[in-house]
Amino acid sequence: MSHPAVVQPGRPVELARGVHWIGALDPQMRRFDIILNTANGTSYNAYAVRGSAGVAIIDTVKIEFADEFFARLEQVTRYDEIRVIVLNHLEPDHSGALPELMRRAPNAELVLSNRAPSILRALVRELGTEPEFIAVGDDDHFDLGDRRLSFVNTPYLHWPDTQCTWLADEGMLFSGDVFGCHFCDDRLWNDTVGDFRFSFDYYYHHIMRPFRAHVLEALDKLEPLEPRTILPAHGPILRHEPRGYMARYRRLATPELTTRGDEKTLLVFYASAYGNTARMARAVAEGAEEVANLRVSLYDLQVSDVAQFVDLIEEADGLAFGSPTLNADAVKPVWDLLSSLTLVAVKGKFGAAFGSYGWSGEAVGLVEDRLRGLKMRVPVKGLKVKLNPTEDDLEHCRTLGRELGAHLTGTARRRVIDMAELA
Amino acid sequence: MPKATVTFEDIDVTVTVPAGTRLIEVSEKVGAGITYGCREGECGTCMMKIVSGAENLAQPSVLEHQVLSDNLAPRTARLACQAQVLGGDIVVRPG
Ligand SMILES: Cc1cc2nc3c(=O)[nH]c(=O)nc-3n(C[C@H](O)[C@H](O)[C@H](O)COP(=O)(O)O)c2cc1C
Ligand code: FES
Ligand SMILES: [Fe+2]
Ligand SMILES: [Fe+2]
Repeated sequence: MSHPAVVQPGRPVELARGVHWIGALDPQMRRFDIILNTANGTSYNAYAVRGSAGVAIIDTVKIEFADEFFARLEQVTRYDEIRVIVLNHLEPDHSGALPELMRRAPNAELVLSNRAPSILRALVRELGTEPEFIAVGDDDHFDLGDRRLSFVNTPYLHWPDTQCTWLADEGMLFSGDVFGCHFCDDRLWNDTVGDFRFSFDYYYHHIMRPFRAHVLEALDKLEPLEPRTILPAHGPILRHEPRGYMARYRRLATPELTTRGDEKTLLVFYASAYGNTARMARAVAEGAEEVANLRVSLYDLQVSDVAQFVDLIEEADGLAFGSPTLNADAVKPVWDLLSSLTLVAVKGKFGAAFGSYGWSGEAVGLVEDRLRGLKMRVPVKGLKVKLNPTEDDLEHCRTLGRELGAHLTGTARRRVIDMAELA
Repeated sequence: MPKATVTFEDIDVTVTVPAGTRLIEVSEKVGAGITYGCREGECGTCMMKIVSGAENLAQPSVLEHQVLSDNLAPRTARLACQAQVLGGDIVVRPG
């Protein structure tokens, strides 16, 4: 069976009684937000919901597509009928047409998540005045006469302000970027568009993955709603087995590594040209292995597939990095890995650095700074060894491993130091 | 000079500091998990939880108050880039 386009130029699409798609297709888009590719363009989904007391507009489009959006909107409502504009997410791909919409629909109230105010202020500076808005949380709703919109606070999916909007009478969940993907297809529905599974997973991996704890919290709120249709802000509308997409998110967000009880994990990474930093790495791992309830793994970064290590890091509790100093810097395999961690949550993990050097030894300090920059905790001072490590030096490495392990397993003794001792 | 102590619970380190020290000056050096964005009291990144000794920190400025309320901060929260030690013992953790 072939499926004709349901999106026609300048025409809205009726999705359910009084619910229309009024978004825009962007088939030419290939690179999004600098960090994503899309072979299939994207769409900016916006929606209009009509109740007996007026109309709600849910999300807008990227500014370049404002004309298309207003053309569709004008076929389902007059501006003076619009009671409320709900923005599930203020990123410019959804808020682009907001200032103009507010100008055209001056009677509409603006509804945002209670995390959104400071972002809104910065985004709509062009309005001159700070717009009035209603900040909503989980227990709030907005009535359109015979139907009600309620709100689910889902912060950090993927901005502080992200939320979902729920239309109970149709079982429709307007989910913002959540469950979205960059996949432009004018057949619109998930059971009639092309195969977009890859795009769905890819979007999760590049946008939601850094926030997977928040994803699980959001799913705890969204699954019990049992939506009949999920209407994301990008890509196909999910009417066929919507639950499967929630299950997919849950699976992608759930840790895979199984540990025994409260066992913690430490990964020790190193790169080494002449074996000095490698010897230090083995000693760090040995020391850590003496700590009860700690599982230690050791990896040489020179034969590395960064993506694989990123997967391991996502689930680890502690990370130690060994790098020699070459030309006053840490070495590239270490930086390659440390610059690839934006897609996973590392905040709060324990970290440490060590390495052999010749005369200046910058690597350890630079790596420690990077670990702190990644919001990791660096409780044990990094260890530098000049050229070949002696047995004493290796014992210091073991101590570093033991101390890091103690912090990881919660058995570290409180240290008391004077500020003057801090470098 | 009067001395005070700041304990970073997440890494179990207590630092003795002179009065007038800003928490940002200490927390980064000891490797505590508090992190910074703007460092100027605007972004809210450095929000931390005061476990005890809140009265030993200088009162938050108007700007800090605004940022904390924008971020729905609980009463126990302060911005580490702004909070200044007056004396006594203070216990903090990231959050
Ligand atoms: C995927 C994504 C993630 C973002 N993460 C952050 C963030 O963690 N912290 C922040 O301050 N801004 C974040 N932003 C907001 C951007 O820095 C902001 O939109 C900026 O104005 C974009 O600048 P540009 O117009 O030069 O691209 C993020 C934006 C995107 C698209
Ligand atoms: S670092 Fe931005 S508020 Fe403190
Ligand atoms: Fe977004
Ligand atoms: Fe988006």
